[in-house]
Amino acid sequence: MAETNFDLIVVGGGPGGYVAAIRAAQLKMKVALVEANHLGGICLNWGCIPTKALLRSSEIYHNMQHAKNYGLTVEGLGFDLDAIVKRSRKVSRQLNGGVGHLLKKNKVTVFDGYGKLNGSGKLHVEKDGKGIADLTSKHIILATGARARELPGMEPDGKLIWYYKDALVPDVVPERLLVIGSGAIGIEFASFFHTLGSKTTVVEMVDRIVPAEDAEISAFLLKSLTKDGMEILTSAGVKGLKKGKDSVIATLEVGGKTEEREFDRVIVAAGIVGNVENLGLEGSKVKVDRTHIVTNEWLETGEPGVYAIGDVAGAPWLAHKASHEGVLCVEKIAGTKGLHPINNDRIPGCTYCRPQIASVGLTEDQAKERGLKVKVGRFPFQGNGKAIALGEPEGLIKVLFDDKTGELLGAHMIGAEVTELIQGYGIAMELETTEAELMHTVFAHPTLSEMMHESVLDAFGRAVHF
Amino acid sequence: MPIEILMPALSPTMTEGNLASWNVNEGDTIAAGDVICEIETDKATMEVEAVDEGVIGKIVVPGGTEAVAVNAVIALLLEDGEDASVLDGYTPSAGRAAPAAVAEAAPVVAAAPALAMSAHVSSGARVFASPLARRIAADKGLDLASVTGTGPHGRIVKRDVENAKPGQASKIAQSDVPDNMLALLSALRASTSGVTMSDEVVESDLYTVVPHSNMRKIIAKRLTESARDVPHFNLTVDVEIDNLLQMRKDLNARENADYKISVNDFIVKATAYALTQVPDCNVAYTDDTILKFKQVDMAIAVAIEGGLITPIVKDAANKGLAALSKEIKELAGKARDGKLMPEEFQGGTFTISNLGMFGVKGFNSIINPPQGGILSVGAGEQRAVVKDGALAIATVVTLTLAVDHRCIDGATGAAFIKELKAVVENPVALML
Repeated sequence: MAETNFDLIVVGGGPGGYVAAIRAAQLKMKVALVEANHLGGICLNWGCIPTKALLRSSEIYHNMQHAKNYGLTVEGLGFDLDAIVKRSRKVSRQLNGGVGHLLKKNKVTVFDGYGKLNGSGKLHVEKDGKGIADLTSKHIILATGARARELPGMEPDGKLIWYYKDALVPDVVPERLLVIGSGAIGIEFASFFHTLGSKTTVVEMVDRIVPAEDAEISAFLLKSLTKDGMEILTSAGVKGLKKGKDSVIATLEVGGKTEEREFDRVIVAAGIVGNVENLGLEGSKVKVDRTHIVTNEWLETGEPGVYAIGDVAGAPWLAHKASHEGVLCVEKIAGTKGLHPINNDRIPGCTYCRPQIASVGLTEDQAKERGLKVKVGRFPFQGNGKAIALGEPEGLIKVLFDDKTGELLGAHMIGAEVTELIQGYGIAMELETTEAELMHTVFAHPTLSEMMHESVLDAFGRAVHF
Repeated sequence: MPIEILMPALSPTMTEGNLASWNVNEGDTIAAGDVICEIETDKATMEVEAVDEGVIGKIVVPGGTEAVAVNAVIALLLEDGEDASVLDGYTPSAGRAAPAAVAEAAPVVAAAPALAMSAHVSSGARVFASPLARRIAADKGLDLASVTGTGPHGRIVKRDVENAKPGQASKIAQSDVPDNMLALLSALRASTSGVTMSDEVVESDLYTVVPHSNMRKIIAKRLTESARDVPHFNLTVDVEIDNLLQMRKDLNARENADYKISVNDFIVKATAYALTQVPDCNVAYTDDTILKFKQVDMAIAVAIEGGLITPIVKDAANKGLAALSKEIKELAGKARDGKLMPEEFQGGTFTISNLGMFGVKGFNSIINPPQGGILSVGAGEQRAVVKDGALAIATVVTLTLAVDHRCIDGATGAAFIKELKAVVENPVALML
């Protein structure tokens, strides 16, 4: 009979769960991982990764459309949506296999099924409604993730109304596309389809798009997307969707007025909810608040021996936050010394629209809300040699320093490749550099990263190239 | 040209140190890595290793020299082929450019040769701290050397300096100033950050390695010094406290009593009174003088997480029992919460340590220099005593006085303990 007692059981094989399982295995624990669908979770199969594959296609397409700017000629430019989607799926498949291999290498026992708490230290695993295993462990980590929030009357039908999973495998590039929600997911899909030719309208409830970002970044993106021909409606809502045969009539409410507009497809990206159902939480002391499991700073739930990490444990809903929590949670269980809770002010976030957005730390508004006096530095892409050479002169890097201590409080970037730059500031924050060390650091020329330097200099009135 | 060996800076805050001793003599041939001398700072003693090989041409600063400025030339090393004649008329260049912060305190002329040595640090000299933590510490006037880091490998990070209290830390660094009245235990920081053990606790099958907190380091250093350098002698008396207990009961039973006086409060009050009667026991020894204090500032040892601290009751002889009792309670509470202000634990002219609550019959304490005496208080217990030729039962406490023979002689100590016994046994004298 197969082993059923483990040092640790992880429920969910996404970037939180599988990383936690591997870390536990490294710490010599005997680990079980229970995953019902795909190893790698949403991130790898239906989120971060396949969207990046799609967006890479649209980016190259965009560049080819502008080949003339680079002295190149392209004839017969076009795309094959099927092939684009196929490539995206293949990328996910490859990485999904990679996770399986990593778990095997680390001797993690994987159970293919749904896990459900079944009394203290017990987990029942089901597949297709049938029990396949009853596992026991002193420590159970719930890493079941989250899913798209479904809006009433706008449930996904896989045909006219898409949620992210549908939008990842589109059968068509809609002529007229409505995107509800301008968070990272909404704006990335808007960017992808718009680049491929959809006439795209984005509706956002609050007064600016990408509301989690610094207000200046939101404004910059709004200007850029609008210039690109995208329609952005802020402080706006969708009152209802009326499905036709091959189109949808949407009732939009903008500025107190309602109007009916026809779209070919609708993408709903209006937030996410935690996967807290059917986990057996009802019989436990695990507390759930608005679809998310409540934990303390060490990811412990109200039930001794039960932990929650990643999206199911609440915002920010980011794969790298889930992974980091997984490691922290496991190390805490293992009794590792010198651990500290995660500082949410140092978790970077990236959005892969065009232009890209990357940020870490406080926004200017948040800093002010905390009563901090800040020094702000900015540097535009127009002042950077590499950006000009790339033909990407559109963008901005903004940094915030604590006026009193010189602490780097936040960094906000928009423009080409900024998602690959943000980690420089992330390291600076974790190492607690002040502006002095950043100024002393030699940034290679010619690179986009020089703007990171200049932006710091600008905060102290010393920018050289602008 | 001979190689100049310079006084090393063993920590970012070090401006000068004592050159304790030379392990080599002029004319000795040394190799890189040889320990050539030992240097003391207020925080540590370190062995200094040679970086270059050669012959010691001249020892410029002899062993035992105090307060040698960082980067001063302490010796000259002859290179291969050089002989001592090159030293004739040689003027040391007076050192190497010092970091700005150091230069202010110990001005030196910037000049050429590379630092010809490295310091082998045997205890916590280099302070690892993030740039942000350094800046916040500087703004708050905190000495980083006294802050315990909780970052990776014990690195001091923002949260550590934010939690540390300014003022206290730097006081410790100054505690070696000759005329300062900081007593051993008083010098300990109340700040919890100084008490918290480093995160770098290493596990092994046989033991757990717990690095020293700053408090532990200071306790070890000062008590070793005291036990080694202060000639202690002890005087023990048994004191009957039945009268005292009755008086305590009467006082605490008074209507509307907003105090609760403990036996220890009585002992503190009685000791302070006895010291006013025998002021030659309320003294401190320094190298050149004996300080005779004009009032009794009573230090009271309080056990706290990770060590102990001695809050001070100022002018204890002139405070009434109720006031004294309240103040002691408040100070002990603050001590345990790590909230004592520097002025509340610095100074003190005499110390009382009470282990009676643990049932200890009697014990000897180590003096808290530069104070001249410390009183150890045992448990009050019923014992058989002989009264008027017959056995009787009395409640007895054993008091043991430890004094520094350099400033208090046997007869003086005995006069004090006699006075103390008299007043404890007949506490009505406290009314005087």
